[in-house]
Amino acid sequence: MEKEFIPRITSFVCKWCTYTGADLAGTSRLQYPTSIILLKVLCSSRIDPVFLIKSYLKGADGVLIGGCHPGDCHYETGNYHTRRRFKILTEIFSTLGLPKERLRLSWISASEGPKFAQVSNEFTDKIENLGPNNARENMFL
Amino acid sequence: MGKKNKSVLVVGAGIAGIQASLDLAEMGLNVHLVEESPTIGGRMPQLDKTFPTNDCSMCILSPKMSECARHPNITVHTMANIDSIEGDPGNFNCKIIEKAKFVDPDKCVACGLCEEKCPVKIDDEFDMKLRKRKAISRYFLQSIPSEYTIDQEHCLYLTKGVCKICEKVCEANAIKYDDVDKEIELNVGAVIMATGIDAFNPIGFGHFGYKRFKNVVTSLEYERMLSASGPLGGHVVRASDKKEPKSLAFIQCVGSRDDSIDKNYCSSACCMFAIKQSIISKEHIKDMDISIFNMDIRAFGKDFDKYYEKSKSTYDVQYIRSKVSDISELSNGNLRLKYVLENGEIRFKEFEMVVLSIGLEARKNMQDFAAKMDIKLNKYNFCRSDGFAPLQTSREGIYVCGGMNGPKDIPESVVAASGAVANSVKFLEVERQDIKEEGTNEKNVIGDRPRIGTFVCHCGINIAGVVDVKNVAEYAANLPNVEHSEDVMYACSQDFLDLIKDRIKEHDLNRVVVAACTPRTHEPLFRETIAEVGLNPYLFEMANIRDQCSWAHMNEPEKATEKSKDLVEMGVAKARDLSPLKRLPIDIGPGALVIGAGLSGMTAALAVAAAGQKVYIVEQEKKSGGNLRKIFFQPDGKDPQKLLQDTIKKIEEHENIHLFTNTVIDKIIGYVGNFNTSIQNLETKECTNISHGAVIVATGANEHKTKEYQYGKSTRVVTQVEFEQMLLNKDFPHGKFKNVVMIQCVGSREEGRMYCSRVCCTKAIKNGLELKKIRQNVNIFICHRDIRTYGFREQYYTDLRDKGSVFIRYSPENKPKVELLDSTDPDSKLNVSAFDPILDREIIIDADLVVLSTAIDALEENDILAKMLKVPLNADGMFLEAHVKLRPVDFATEGVFVCGLAHGPKDIDESIAQSKAAASRALTFLSKKAILAEGTITEVDISKCSGCAYCVDVCAYSALEIDPEKEVVVVNDALCKGCGACVASCRCGALDLRGFSNRQLHSVFDALELT
Ligand code: FES
Repeated sequence: MEKEFIPRITSFVCKWCTYTGADLAGTSRLQYPTSIILLKVLCSSRIDPVFLIKSYLKGADGVLIGGCHPGDCHYETGNYHTRRRFKILTEIFSTLGLPKERLRLSWISASEGPKFAQVSNEFTDKIENLGPNNARENMFL
Repeated sequence: MGKKNKSVLVVGAGIAGIQASLDLAEMGLNVHLVEESPTIGGRMPQLDKTFPTNDCSMCILSPKMSECARHPNITVHTMANIDSIEGDPGNFNCKIIEKAKFVDPDKCVACGLCEEKCPVKIDDEFDMKLRKRKAISRYFLQSIPSEYTIDQEHCLYLTKGVCKICEKVCEANAIKYDDVDKEIELNVGAVIMATGIDAFNPIGFGHFGYKRFKNVVTSLEYERMLSASGPLGGHVVRASDKKEPKSLAFIQCVGSRDDSIDKNYCSSACCMFAIKQSIISKEHIKDMDISIFNMDIRAFGKDFDKYYEKSKSTYDVQYIRSKVSDISELSNGNLRLKYVLENGEIRFKEFEMVVLSIGLEARKNMQDFAAKMDIKLNKYNFCRSDGFAPLQTSREGIYVCGGMNGPKDIPESVVAASGAVANSVKFLEVERQDIKEEGTNEKNVIGDRPRIGTFVCHCGINIAGVVDVKNVAEYAANLPNVEHSEDVMYACSQDFLDLIKDRIKEHDLNRVVVAACTPRTHEPLFRETIAEVGLNPYLFEMANIRDQCSWAHMNEPEKATEKSKDLVEMGVAKARDLSPLKRLPIDIGPGALVIGAGLSGMTAALAVAAAGQKVYIVEQEKKSGGNLRKIFFQPDGKDPQKLLQDTIKKIEEHENIHLFTNTVIDKIIGYVGNFNTSIQNLETKECTNISHGAVIVATGANEHKTKEYQYGKSTRVVTQVEFEQMLLNKDFPHGKFKNVVMIQCVGSREEGRMYCSRVCCTKAIKNGLELKKIRQNVNIFICHRDIRTYGFREQYYTDLRDKGSVFIRYSPENKPKVELLDSTDPDSKLNVSAFDPILDREIIIDADLVVLSTAIDALEENDILAKMLKVPLNADGMFLEAHVKLRPVDFATEGVFVCGLAHGPKDIDESIAQSKAAASRALTFLSKKAILAEGTITEVDISKCSGCAYCVDVCAYSALEIDPEKEVVVVNDALCKGCGACVASCRCGALDLRGFSNRQLHSVFDALELT
């Protein structure tokens, strides 16, 4: 029998908005798959694209970045940097022919528990359709 | 003014007393907290979950309890009563009697041996007598203080002179049979009373069969049944046959809204309590049938209606408008309810279990207590306070908060507590305090091999109900560098905190990982705990296995257990790389900026200024006063315009308050203690810069502008605010009139505005009563969905009903219809048709005037301000506080506070209490010269820096600069906020963020098995 594919989605989120939104999803008992694993940073701008690339190369089936809505970053302009870096990263992915669909950036505020659950569910569904990330086997670096 | 004092007395250590004590202590005052029972905590520990977030009650309370117990400025006196208060404000002499505990608290280690061996069993009050405890015991598992006490009335040795078993088994020699009551004299400047509330005992209500029928319980008993730490371990079974009930009925208003037992008031919290219990019950037993028998559902608080709607849509809870007249017991233990519907029809329905939603009442001994303290009570024996001075007792210098002066829910109690503190400040010496040195006896761990302790929390069944906690703890034990791993019942209980400290010493641990709820609420507590035994607080890491695991994956226990293991492993990986960090002081500048000069803003400003601080109020209108300018009557007869004039006068006369009207905020920069705001006068265009230490948001809200019900098309359709103006002028359009129809919930409680505007029911009734005063013969019809006259407002509802006004309930699917008799003439009379459930048919009213109770809308400008201040709004556009239960006026962003309508709809008394609370919270910062900043800031390795200055551009705080000589970047520690934007931008790997370093983050996700 084939093993059930349980996606692994590494999620880098800022402490002020998305992490809090994820807690709210929990206190509201909104259910989403266990595929989503959060790594907390203080601001999404801390997320070095290196982490994202490394996640992908290590075999993460999906990589999610969560931050405050544009304009709401706790550190004034942090998420603007995040947005730019993310754009560049997806372009690099396209250029190299890597599946940029495995990357996702979402703005989820502290009060958006439902949105957090929804994004987690949607993204997991999408990754399930894409199937496992075989980067580890295929990549030769 | 008379004498001022550095000490203050707080009576009652429930959540209100705890909050008041913490605020006062943070202002540098000496607090004596007196509590009658053997533990602090009050009612909250008895609750399983809290509405409307389903947060675990004990989990959110316990950090506050610990903080209170360990605060150097707070002295807790448990099992103590206040005997007398003599003297004047600023100089009260109080006598406290501390009862004998018969156990030496300094020796008792709370091992529990005595309790195990004690032969005397008595009813456990904490568990609503559903369980037994011993004559030597502690009040509940997480009691603070945790030491045992002997129940004098039941102890065999103390009553009959035999036994002494506890003394024999106690290895600590802590038993002290010759202990005696102690008298303590205190001199204090002010007293804050928070003695709390009792629950109604329905034993006298024979027809409900309480205590006669086994399967009828009160809501408090049921709460204990739901609780994981309760007598049933969270597994609800009915008493008669120990079977899971498959159907459950809640009967509302048992002991409330009932004139026949002298309780013509609403207990305010029971509707939400029942909704919460039904949702939680459904989570325990999925196929349970739940009905709530009610007169009205009063879900009037912030986000309550959404919770109510969710109970219907997601959990399929049935709401039956009726009065239950009788319950009978069937031979199988089931209960048959006889109830009368609104239209008079009698029905019967069978349930396996019944919960009586009992009301709240004044504490039993209130009359004696009030006489002793020389304070006055209202007719229901609650402490008497005034609508415009809601936190004041009748005796100057003594303030009241919590349930003592009327039923309140948790956030309202917390608000009142902080508010009472603001009131008391005028008799207290609040001085700007210096920072306390920290880390002097810190253990140096640099260079030592990591020795990690992991602790995995059950959180009752919150985690353990889903995740195999033991398995996770065992897994953790085998991870590299983990020297010790164990699972614990409640990680945040005082016992456990002591246990962590013991384990650190025992195993020489130098890093600690706790897998439990969420670092958002509990990290500070654990950090402080490890600091107490000499570990740097940053040598701590938390794994979130509750909010982000067990609660989010309730139906997938195995996967959740696996995920928990991952999370713990990641935590351990991070812990391995943690290093001690230093916290630098941030100077706190004085002064506050208050945004908005309505009643709330002005009240907050006066309260802050009373502590000797400068206050700047900015108001965009030409005149101060806000919405209060449009309120002319209060149902209790008080004059709102007098309140307004008095407040404006005080503001004008106060030398420390500067009011800028017709002025807007252009920009706010900075952070706690160091805000810099530029404001601009709309007329002169003149700009002013203000520096201040705190911000209070009091921007208010608007009356909703509706297009429904012919508003704007007919001159005979007005809003309540417009109607109030007419009542004031006694000038009504179209002269004589006979029939007035009021329509409630216009714009509220429906798609787009799924919240209750809270004040409109009382406002309609108030205006109705006012109208009856001037035109006795006018008929008033009120079309409503629920009448939500909570608390003592219920009285006005009965008054208006007694005057013959008609209340017609409508459903949102079938709203009343308003039509002009002559559709071409805006002055023409109106036809209002509505379905009356009492008459069970449609009625048509020939109306001369229709008054709409329109919703309260959030200001559109909130959005701009929220962005400037970096604080969130909720889905309705109102400001979202840091925690809906326990931090109701704070934001997660330090130094910024909210009050009044900007936070959500509320009445005058509530706005006053909340603005005082915001002031008091601001003062906890402003009364300090400095606070400690987080240690998580950027550092630079100059050997790698190429001086490219990319990071300098990225930094939003100008914390980075290029050293012109060395041509490398330098970090200004005081300015760095620790976002890490610069680190991610550094091309040379020269920058790193302490506490979230590249190495730590790489270790964390290296630990995560990805394939
Ligand atoms: S703090 Fe959330 S994105 Fe910056």
